[in-house]
Amino acid sequence: MQLASFDFQHNHFQLFGLAQSYQIDTAQLDQQYRAWQALVHPDKSAHLPDAEQRVAMQRATLVNEAYQTLRSPLRRARYLLSLHGVDTQEETNTVMPPDFLMAQMEWREAVVEARQARDEAALAQLEARLQRETRDLEAQLAVKIDAEKDYAAAAGSVRKLRFMEKLAEEIHAAYDAIDV
Amino acid sequence: MALLQISEPGLSTLPHQHRLAVGIDLGTTNSLVATVRNGISVVLNDKNGRAMLPSVVRYLADGSVAVGEAAQAMQSEDAANTILSVKRFMGRGLKDVGEISRLPYRFADASPAGSGQGPGQGSGMLQLRTVAGAKSPVEVSAEILKVLRGRAETALGGELVGAVITVPAYFDDAQRQATKDAARLAGLNVLRLLNEPTAAAIAYGLDNAAEGIYAVYDLGGGTFDISILRLSRGVFEVLAANGDSALGGDDFDQRIHCWLLEKNHLSALGPQDTRLLLTHARAAKEQLTEHAETRITAVLSTGEVIDSVLTRSEFQLMSQNLVQRTLQPLRRALRDAKLEVADIKGVVMVGGATRMPQVQHAVEEFFGQTPLTNLDPDKVVALGAAIQANLLAGNRGAEDWLLLDVIPLSLGIETMGGLAEKIIPRNSTIPTARAQEFTTYKDGQAAMSIHVVQGERELVSDCRSLAKFELRGIPAMVAGAARIRVTFQVDADGLLNVSAREMRSGAEAAIAVKPSYGLNDAEITRMLQESTQHAQGDMQSRALREQQAEAEQLLEAVQHALEQDGGLLEQAERKQIETRMEALRNTLQLTDHLAIKRAATVLNDATVSFAQARMDKSVAHVLTGKNIAELETTPDVP
Repeated sequence: MQLASFDFQHNHFQLFGLAQSYQIDTAQLDQQYRAWQALVHPDKSAHLPDAEQRVAMQRATLVNEAYQTLRSPLRRARYLLSLHGVDTQEETNTVMPPDFLMAQMEWREAVVEARQARDEAALAQLEARLQRETRDLEAQLAVKIDAEKDYAAAAGSVRKLRFMEKLAEEIHAAYDAIDV
Repeated sequence: MALLQISEPGLSTLPHQHRLAVGIDLGTTNSLVATVRNGISVVLNDKNGRAMLPSVVRYLADGSVAVGEAAQAMQSEDAANTILSVKRFMGRGLKDVGEISRLPYRFADASPAGSGQGPGQGSGMLQLRTVAGAKSPVEVSAEILKVLRGRAETALGGELVGAVITVPAYFDDAQRQATKDAARLAGLNVLRLLNEPTAAAIAYGLDNAAEGIYAVYDLGGGTFDISILRLSRGVFEVLAANGDSALGGDDFDQRIHCWLLEKNHLSALGPQDTRLLLTHARAAKEQLTEHAETRITAVLSTGEVIDSVLTRSEFQLMSQNLVQRTLQPLRRALRDAKLEVADIKGVVMVGGATRMPQVQHAVEEFFGQTPLTNLDPDKVVALGAAIQANLLAGNRGAEDWLLLDVIPLSLGIETMGGLAEKIIPRNSTIPTARAQEFTTYKDGQAAMSIHVVQGERELVSDCRSLAKFELRGIPAMVAGAARIRVTFQVDADGLLNVSAREMRSGAEAAIAVKPSYGLNDAEITRMLQESTQHAQGDMQSRALREQQAEAEQLLEAVQHALEQDGGLLEQAERKQIETRMEALRNTLQLTDHLAIKRAATVLNDATVSFAQARMDKSVAHVLTGKNIAELETTPDVP
């Protein structure tokens, strides 16, 4: 890996030398990320003129952004679909299967109850269940994107995953709220 | 005359020259400076062999400033003008400082940093009224940094390329910016603002070849930080940082102080007595680390005698909830890092306050392991900062390691209804950037204001207001048509920069950032000018002293020559020399070094032919074997 091969035009997968697929080798991603940072991190150019420091910051910012995008299953799927020209419409498309929406409402209520009751054990249970269901959704995504290449269906799964992520954030906030 | 060599510091043409760089721990209670010498990080001592400089600044009526021990010695006597723990005020407004009534200072809110401050947003950084005028915490901190810079330049024998200055990991943007401004004011080139626990991890990790996940528990004089790092093959990766930027050893002193007041049935004390008791409280706290009990005796200004015995268990009881307050950030950091207590391989203790047994016990109980205390908790931060400074200065031989740090608090913007929308979440690896698109809500809207806040709370009013800015020059369009892309960039110092662009027209919208806290550029410029004026004043007085000394030498030499060889001169010539000597003597009473120089030159000119005549006479003397030393009394012709 050389600084000269850094290209702002590369997509995130190209940057880390990864095949453009949902399933990736995270160990390779981690290793490539560190290798890039060892070259582009602003600490490496702190003694150079301002212009070079600015370029270093832009490179390091992009490397961080690309890494964090690919490291998160939800963000990776969203990014991959955007490369295929598919907008996941997470803010605009609110049409969800009724059973999914029902389940979401039940989740929400359970989190609010646990928060009000300051019940950490209940939160931990909800968190474990959420993690299991999230992993199931991620497995479905892998099939829809990599095997079936059904990007429209995958976008639906991404929207569901976004709901799950919001729930996880609420559980996290509930922990913080209980812990005073 | 020495020629002034003008070159950029650090831009030496010598290829392998060691660049002088230091790490500075700008602490609440004490500050230190360290550097890497022969590959080893060492703390630089003052001329009396002391490593720690008390972070105490005293302003005197004559405009002079005392820093360190000299200031500390006067802390009770001149409490209002002697500033301690100024770090707690960095980037803070009056409403942030809870214990105002218990502090011996006269505070003033700064004038608003700009118009357009929203209600309840405060009005800039607080100021301290001293006998030398109102001082901002930035100026006070700069005095401490100047002393450390001077110490380093004396010890290293040259100008510094730059410095790494440490800040608590949990410092927000305003506090970081204030620290950077203080360094600028002290004439230091800031290579990086480094988080204190991260600095400690670097010093510890490189020293012990540590691998695995470590927690750094950093309880300083005024701040508390917890950082969780993964150390692996030369990479220091911060996974999560949390803390409380208003909790530290000072609060333990306050508890003892309150206990003393209660125990002795004292009501509100004056600044001098408050400071006196706080000093005794701190000493008692330190005593209780080694001893089971301590006796506190003091005589107040009223003549009242304080004589109380404090036991360790009493102290632990009264400070219990302070210790407990450090555990919540600890749990949050672990949750953020998605880790369990069992994942932590070692706990590094940093900060003098971690010497308290109750703190060590609490940490040991929480992590289920004995914390690592094989490094000096007072020095480890400065040592780590020096190692990073050496690397950043580009010195050869700096180990090949990499630091990936995070932003400790989420950055967001105000949305409808006073809610904060997070744009960059906490614990994002820096540098990082996030772009957000905004649109207009009225036809032909030409401007829009954006309010940037920092913090985890949902309401804007519960977060820290960082900046308000206006996007101006938006091209006239129907409502909702403009697409304004605002980019929030956080650099490797953890500092935020904002830029904006209208996407349809491609026009760069003008941004006027008004820092809600912290100093605006005009204030910094004023302070820099003031300090430059001081520097110019120093230069002028030095030039004056030099010119006076030279003039006196000249007068002495001419006087001597007149006594020796006055006979060589015509009456008129002698008269002219004497007149000009008198004129020069008169200028010595003035403070204008240029006037002295002019008068000296005029006198010199008048003595040219006299000098020639004496030269001829001397040569004649030499020929006749007489005294040659006479020549040396000839005035120098510059």
